[in-house]
Amino acid sequence: MERIPILRMGQFLLVTIQVDMHDRLAMQLQDDLTQRISEWNSKGVLIDISTLEIVDSFIGRMLANIAAMARVLDAEAVVVGMQPAVAITLVELGMSLEGVRTALNVESGMELLYELRGDFHEEIGG
Amino acid sequence: MSKLPEIIQNHEEGIRSEWLKAMSTTVRRSDLMTDSEIQSQTRELLAAIVAGVKSRDITDLDAQAWTQTREVLQSISASRARQGFTPSETTMFVLSLKQPLFTVIRKELSKTPDIVFDELWAATLLLDKLALLTTDAFLETREQIIFRQQQELMELSTPVVKLWEGILALPIIGTLDSARTQVVMESLLQAVVQSNSRIAIIDITGVPTVDTLVAQHLLKTITAARLMGAECIISGVRPQIAQTIVHLGIDLSGVITKARMADAFALALQRSGRAVVATQNGAGAKKQEAKKEE
Repeated sequence: MERIPILRMGQFLLVTIQVDMHDRLAMQLQDDLTQRISEWNSKGVLIDISTLEIVDSFIGRMLANIAAMARVLDAEAVVVGMQPAVAITLVELGMSLEGVRTALNVESGMELLYELRGDFHEEIGG
Repeated sequence: MSKLPEIIQNHEEGIRSEWLKAMSTTVRRSDLMTDSEIQSQTRELLAAIVAGVKSRDITDLDAQAWTQTREVLQSISASRARQGFTPSETTMFVLSLKQPLFTVIRKELSKTPDIVFDELWAATLLLDKLALLTTDAFLETREQIIFRQQQELMELSTPVVKLWEGILALPIIGTLDSARTQVVMESLLQAVVQSNSRIAIIDITGVPTVDTLVAQHLLKTITAARLMGAECIISGVRPQIAQTIVHLGIDLSGVITKARMADAFALALQRSGRAVVATQNGAGAKKQEAKKEE
């Protein structure tokens, strides 16, 4: 079965969505990602959707869900590289993805994750 | 068989001079038009009408023979629309032809009252149709002008300015409606991607009023920018607008707002790890000049 690869980069996970998202693929990604986060004890997930051109409300909700699930598992999710058309569509659908962190590209997304991890360390006094 | 075509043909000059006289009392606008212009327009139109009536069919203005008349009328009324005539003034230009024409008809056919009535009716029909044609053409030109102006406004009103590396500014002038929000949103998001900017300042100094709809449109734009990873700052909030926003119960708590664009820019610089430093008496500038000279 087709799957979206999940790459491990140290403490973080990198997911690049390069195919058209259909519903089953999205569910599979949710399963895999939560599995990996708990398995590898990851502190952050970077989801790159720069090649995603079409979204519907299901995909939008899935992005929000993944972020929420990651947070429950003590990891931060950052969505990067959203296309203008996708952003407009999501807003028109009434999905503002509250609580999902965003960045312009993978580079600034990584920076953001490093920043956030630094915060965690300070919080626990490390 | 109608005698109208012959009558018009035979009395072309007489009708024209009477017509000019009639117009001078009703719709003459010497501030918008010179005498020679109106002379040439009446001559052109009457000649076209004569050419039209020669076809002996004075009811069907869509026919081939009337093409010239239609074109002349359309160009006259288009030029009048641009010059700023009112619709009624433009229509009166054609309708004031009625009186001279009727006078001629009465004079010519005074011995046969029955036929006079028929001819008058035919002439009325003809002139009414011409007048309607004029109004249509007038409105069409007006609409074209309005459409063009709308497009110009749309293009003028959505510039995206790059203030610094990674900082964009979007001064909004005029009221935000749905169509404009779409354009503003698209151009902002496009600029964010192109220039890789993390911060966008939306300046609403030029927005006359902020109601719930405008606020909703603003929030949409901000949310879309946030989804792409750019942060928005609203600047140029006037005291009056601040009051309106609170009175309307618009929730802007998730948005950074600043009174002046300068404040927003300072914050944007701070967020991107930069600062503006004052130099003493332009010493910095002099030093740089000295360096250049070296």
